[in-house]
Amino acid sequence: MTSRLRDELKEKVAQTKPEERHILLCGGVPCRSLRCLEVKEAVSDELHKHNFEEKVKVLETGCIGNCKLGPSLIIFPEGVVYRRLKTENAREIIEEHVLGGRLLEHLLHRDSISDELQHRREDMPFFQRQRRLVLKNCGMISPGINSYLSNQGYAALAKALTELTPEEVIAEVSRSGLRGRGGGGFPTGRKWQAARDTPGAEKYVICNGDEGDPGAFMDRSIMEGDPHSVLEGLILAAYAVGAGQGYIYVRAEYPLAVQRLERAIGEARKSHFLGDNILEQEFSFDLEIRVGAGAFVCGEETALITSVEGSRGDPNPRPPFPVQKGVWGCPTVINNVETLANIPAIVLNGAAWFAETGTEKSKGTKVFALAGKVRHTGLVEVPMGTTLREIIFDIGGGIPAGKKFKAAQTGGPSGGCLTEEHLDLPLDYDSLKAVGSIIGSGGLIIMDEDSCMVDVARYFCDFNRQESCGKCTPCRIGNKRMLEILEKIISGQGEEKDLQRLEDLALLIKNASLCGLGRSAPNPVLSTMRHFRDEYLAHIKDKHCPAGVCPELSRYYIDAKECRACGLCARICPVEAIYEVENERVYRIDPEKCVDCGQCQEECPFEAIEGGRKRKKVAGV
Amino acid sequence: MGNVRRRFYFFMKKPAAQLKEKAKGKYDKLDTVLEKYKGRGGVLVKVLQEAQEMYGHLPRELLIHVAYELDVPLSEVYSVVSFYSLFRTKTTGRIHLEVCSGTACYVKGMEDLLEYFRENLSLRPGGITDDEKYSLTTSNCMGVCSSAPVIKIGGELHGEMTLEKLQQLLKEHENDKQTQR
Ligand SMILES: Cc1cc2nc3c(=O)[nH]c(=O)nc-3n(C[C@H](O)[C@H](O)[C@H](O)COP(=O)(O)O)c2cc1C
Ligand code: FES
Repeated sequence: MTSRLRDELKEKVAQTKPEERHILLCGGVPCRSLRCLEVKEAVSDELHKHNFEEKVKVLETGCIGNCKLGPSLIIFPEGVVYRRLKTENAREIIEEHVLGGRLLEHLLHRDSISDELQHRREDMPFFQRQRRLVLKNCGMISPGINSYLSNQGYAALAKALTELTPEEVIAEVSRSGLRGRGGGGFPTGRKWQAARDTPGAEKYVICNGDEGDPGAFMDRSIMEGDPHSVLEGLILAAYAVGAGQGYIYVRAEYPLAVQRLERAIGEARKSHFLGDNILEQEFSFDLEIRVGAGAFVCGEETALITSVEGSRGDPNPRPPFPVQKGVWGCPTVINNVETLANIPAIVLNGAAWFAETGTEKSKGTKVFALAGKVRHTGLVEVPMGTTLREIIFDIGGGIPAGKKFKAAQTGGPSGGCLTEEHLDLPLDYDSLKAVGSIIGSGGLIIMDEDSCMVDVARYFCDFNRQESCGKCTPCRIGNKRMLEILEKIISGQGEEKDLQRLEDLALLIKNASLCGLGRSAPNPVLSTMRHFRDEYLAHIKDKHCPAGVCPELSRYYIDAKECRACGLCARICPVEAIYEVENERVYRIDPEKCVDCGQCQEECPFEAIEGGRKRKKVAGV
Repeated sequence: MGNVRRRFYFFMKKPAAQLKEKAKGKYDKLDTVLEKYKGRGGVLVKVLQEAQEMYGHLPRELLIHVAYELDVPLSEVYSVVSFYSLFRTKTTGRIHLEVCSGTACYVKGMEDLLEYFRENLSLRPGGITDDEKYSLTTSNCMGVCSSAPVIKIGGELHGEMTLEKLQQLLKEHENDKQTQR
């Protein structure tokens, strides 16, 4: 912000009367985990103290997406964002800004790249470079029906019911080129058409809100921040395929989403968007929420169906596909939350409008959940075809603490990693597939030089092993064997043959498993082996973990070239593990005695002591 | 299929009846739930969810009661309970800790949190301390990945965890518990 802008802003703040103001506070779960509700209470208390609680409203919104600002609030009409708030800040916000008309510069966001203060959301590169279609309401409105209605809510439903036939709705969605956002990328229009064409008196639509991919949280934010957009999308889907009953399957870890959806369904029923004769038309449809109980495989559509039916979420072979034989044996359309949230805008604004954004074969935008070692974690919605570099460095603000970017994991445990050479790759369904990964549900986990890729492969392999339902042998036993080989490599017992073994096993599991979980489970292993073979070899041949993560391969050693034989390390070593090599004027560490305390490395004046396990140090960097 | 099921059920019916006698009066609260769902298909998961909410965990006796009342084989009840990771058959401590072991939390060092519990409380995932004060589980992802690493203490989410913050929180919870008693 230039000083001229700042003066203008200060003047504007000074001239606004307190009663013209209202406050939006982000109440997304990430902010809640940083105690934003206590801040809200403190702000309300302060207003109450000054008898202003009637004049200045404090509204809680869904997640605004820039979680590293949280807890944060926006004061309108100026649109000033205050970030990283604590309860102690409430008094100054109310007394100084709201009532006194004075800007609080120390609570403004300072951009990490330009080092400038920024006071409005629109000025922050994090938001500026996004194109928010699905998230347009998230964090801007409170999740109730009135706010949704005043933002063109249910206009698409009214249009479809009064002006369009179901076939026309499907045609519009097909023309838009929308593909499923749940991972598979299957054209949504085609899926709907198939369900419509299958004969059957009873049909179902299901919204897949299981979001089992660890590291992804966009579906949660949509369900919590803008639940009515999901409902509207689902009702439109039901109208298009001719379904009378629908389910929303939400994972149990998202109680707030369940609560918000329940409320939204109640409101929609009252307003005749759900129930018999919706909007006084021929069409009737109702909805039920099904809550999961913690199983990753239930996100897979055939497993989801058995889980909705109330049993173990065991997957089944396809075909028959759900559109032919789904819940209770009836034709069923299953769509992801984000897919459905795209539908109202497509019906309202037309396919051509939607298809303007994105690449040739992947239309529209994609919401990515940016997490891991990146400055601005949060939700990022960008047109399909945006490069990784833009997302990580321009929007995400780069890697914190001066570290180097190493890899980005996409598609979670079913996906793969992208490396530096992929930074300029335009991200869409097909480009990612070409390099051995998938867009998945949009989780994007950034790793820096402190992550060991062999350990990452082990982590995902362990995840898939635990989540394997056990129905088919390749997945149940194969993943366990793969994990054992990886553990062997990590513990320093690896042989070069193991790489070939891993690859053979991976291909076998990929080809022979029953459902999508098994078929994609080897992807993280294959992809890390493809892009980080050196690291595997370092573990196997040199018995050394370059990132300093694997404990057995992160021993301390003295670099003979740097050692000046001052003897300091030998004197401070508490277990006398360091000795001088005869006639060589260098010191050496006896690995048998060393207890990895790391004191020698800290004290060595010549930085000659290498290796050692780099503690990740749990810290909010 | 139906036939096999009926025969299978026959074998377990008798001991179940005896056990039911033993459990008499213990699960009255649950019976109202069972009444609501009885005779409807696809309700097992829902019943178990509500039962766990009431009793904190699902002991064997309760499962037998459910199987008997809903008229499904005990094996089926067990297969559902063991399939879903949210169902617990063991008791939890007075303060239940849940560390997120999702990818974002893994990258941000959740293993240090687990190490803290291991070293200071001799507590491992799935375990409970001898005095039944703390129990610990891990979760795949709590959907708060932007604030990783994340821990849930007594049902409350806390993000951007550091060891200092963790110690502070544990102390707060301990004090809360004491004032409650
Ligand atoms: C192991 C596995 C897990 C999955 N998890 C999810 C999930 O959590 N959420 C989701 O929407 N789709 C998930 N899917 C994809 C679904 O099977 C299905 O393709 C999707 O819900 C279809 O919706 P869409 O066409 O709108 O993408 C998963 C697939 C597999 C194989
Ligand atoms: S990975 Fe821990 S909250 Fe998602």
